[in-house]
Amino acid sequence: MKEISIMDINDIIKPENRVYKKPALMNDNNMHYCPGCSHGVVHKLVAEILEEMNLVENSVGVAPVGCAVFAYNYVDIDWIEAAHGRAPAIASAVSRLYPQNMVFTYQGDGDLAAIGTCETIHAANRGENITIIFINNAIYGMTGGQMAPTTLLGMKTATTPYGRRADLNGYPLKIGDLLAQLDGTCYVTRQSVHTPAAVRKTKNAIKKAFQNTLDKKGTSVVEIVSTCNSGWKLTPAEANKWMAEHMFEKYPMGDLKNV
Amino acid sequence: MEEEIRLMKGNEALAHAAIRYGADGYFGYPITPQSEVLETLMLEKPWETTGMVVLQAESEVSSINMVYGGAAAGKVVFTSSSSPGISLMQEGISYIAASELPALIINVMRGGPGLGTIQPSQADYFQATKGGGHGDYHLIVLAPSSVQEMCDFVGLGWDLAFKYRTPAIILADGVVGQMMEKVVLPPQRKRLTDEEVKKRCPWAANGRTGGLAGRPRNVVTSLELDSAKMEVSNERFQRTYRLIEQNEVRFEEIGTEDCDFLIVAFGSVARISQKAVEMARKKGYKIGILRPITLWPFPTNEVSRLSEKAKGILVVELNAGQMIEDVRLAVGHDVRVEHFGRLGGIVPSPDEILEAFEEKFIEK
Amino acid sequence: MKKEIIIAGFGGQGVLSMGKILAYSGLMEDKEVTWMPAYGPEQRGGTANVTVILSDEKISSPILNKYDIAIVLNQQSLDKFEGKVKTGGILIYDNYGIHRQPERTDIKVYNVNAMEASFQMSNAKSYNMIILGALLKVCPIVTLESVLKGLKKTLPERHHNLIPMNEEAIRKGMSLINE
Repeated sequence: MKEISIMDINDIIKPENRVYKKPALMNDNNMHYCPGCSHGVVHKLVAEILEEMNLVENSVGVAPVGCAVFAYNYVDIDWIEAAHGRAPAIASAVSRLYPQNMVFTYQGDGDLAAIGTCETIHAANRGENITIIFINNAIYGMTGGQMAPTTLLGMKTATTPYGRRADLNGYPLKIGDLLAQLDGTCYVTRQSVHTPAAVRKTKNAIKKAFQNTLDKKGTSVVEIVSTCNSGWKLTPAEANKWMAEHMFEKYPMGDLKNV
Repeated sequence: MEEEIRLMKGNEALAHAAIRYGADGYFGYPITPQSEVLETLMLEKPWETTGMVVLQAESEVSSINMVYGGAAAGKVVFTSSSSPGISLMQEGISYIAASELPALIINVMRGGPGLGTIQPSQADYFQATKGGGHGDYHLIVLAPSSVQEMCDFVGLGWDLAFKYRTPAIILADGVVGQMMEKVVLPPQRKRLTDEEVKKRCPWAANGRTGGLAGRPRNVVTSLELDSAKMEVSNERFQRTYRLIEQNEVRFEEIGTEDCDFLIVAFGSVARISQKAVEMARKKGYKIGILRPITLWPFPTNEVSRLSEKAKGILVVELNAGQMIEDVRLAVGHDVRVEHFGRLGGIVPSPDEILEAFEEKFIEK
Repeated sequence: MKKEIIIAGFGGQGVLSMGKILAYSGLMEDKEVTWMPAYGPEQRGGTANVTVILSDEKISSPILNKYDIAIVLNQQSLDKFEGKVKTGGILIYDNYGIHRQPERTDIKVYNVNAMEASFQMSNAKSYNMIILGALLKVCPIVTLESVLKGLKKTLPERHHNLIPMNEEAIRKGMSLINE
């Protein structure tokens, strides 16, 4: 058997041995997200990119109502907390009043595709120079696992205890596809963060979106198909597997629009 | 632009006053009887002259949230609507108040409830003066009665909103919105630069000056899950409201020096009542008028003082009896307080008001 | 001086714009003015009316129940406002399409055949200016110079060529009043 040399913890954290460091924009506030949740990964990506693109001074984030309501607690930039669903309206105004700023919203599926559908579609249709980061985990995490507009048919939630039925609850809403149809969007992509490779692709997607916003190309939407292992009542590993097996069929990965 | 005398509608005056004040942004959705605000702004194209942003939103829900966003970023922003649209905005107004943001909202009231009529009304008095949305908050409520005041209260509204970091509302009615009068427009003021905005509003979320090494991040939010902290915030709001009550009561007295009776009326109705009083004086009835200009804070002390010598008080409103509650609270002794109101968009003529007065207070 | 005027007729007769021109003219003479329309969908096709007040002093109510002058341009308006002219006041109407003549004797009543005159001038758009001319002859609340000055100020430059035509219509209206 091959011998494995074990590094002391104090050696591991030495700067020369580090392979990863916390982004400077991520502060030390304890995250409220459940272990295994995709939000933490996406927050980290946002913080990394803002720092790498040197956007700290001129970015404003708009936080939603939902699990990411406290996004402003973790990423050290200026934030405005929106009422449920209204983030795109707020971002529209801030972006128009500060055209040189990089304004983005960070929204979940209930916020963006249920209560805020009107604001989302119209901001995108006006081609507001904003980025919309859209976490689609097919469930309402914050309020305890109720049905989301993106919940799959057959999926059990607190308000579809026998599984979502089209005749009772309508169909899963592919809002990304809908947004891609609008003349105001310049970039709509669907990504995930369940593997290191996927994380890297998502990072590139958000970077591209932020660059589009700086270049005033219109509205960019990065949909991130995500896990909610608590809401789905699965372990984090099972949730990743379930997502790849079930969610990707309805919400396939890749660019929906890139102009 | 210099000071200028013009003839225009109240709604048009609102738009011109805002441009000249140096407003940064307007966000609104068309609704009768105030659509001229957005129309005038679009016609004037201030984005080409002062750099002001004008945006037709997809709904009143969006326009008030755009105002919330603009105010959170420290800019001078406003919206206008009429009663049903203002109802839609209540969520956003509550958030603006709770986030301690300066903003201006304009309600050119029409008859309700529901879709109601498009004719003038004052039935949103309760909504404007008692909060309107959820939670314990107040708006500074200004009630113009002329086109000149429509113009002047735009600047006054923003001045007060920024002084106290709280939203102000101009509560007008269809009469003041739709009528044309002579108005003196103020000279053009320069919009603040982004640097000046940062200085005036160091709390605003508009990008961390100095980057990572610069100022700490600003977060504009009304969320506080810790009730103990939320109570502290509420107590701070209330301290602001007490300060406003002390400093900002505004009213007009007409013919109160020698009056036996008092009419309390606001907005266009105060002017119609004035005509009724002119007619009444010819008949020998000495009536004075108290016109509250700020509906919140309400001129409680003044009503109380004038009620001391009044044989009776008539509250005239375009509603079923709303301001009368504040008048009754202010009148601390046994004087008869009566109400006369027309409902659903009907505006009484001066003789109707006089008849109502005679019926209630003059023995036949 | 204070004149409280109601102008009423069909939507499309130029009732509101005539009121506006009158108000503008008052502004040119540094008077206080108020122009209060009955607004809403009733403007389209139905009746339109506007209250115009010109005064040397601050104006109180924009809403009135009695008028110094009523200008009524259809039967409905005549029926509605004849009774609301103050004693000794003025009623101006156009006989065109009127089937019930005004009855009051305690006011001055003037019939102005403006519709006919506008046909003669082959210009239906001059109708309200003819009426305005008649009003100015009956009661010179503002001068013709002020009206022309007001028109010049309010009309966009590209329409200034229409001012002589308006002046002609006003003079025509004046000539229709026989003392």
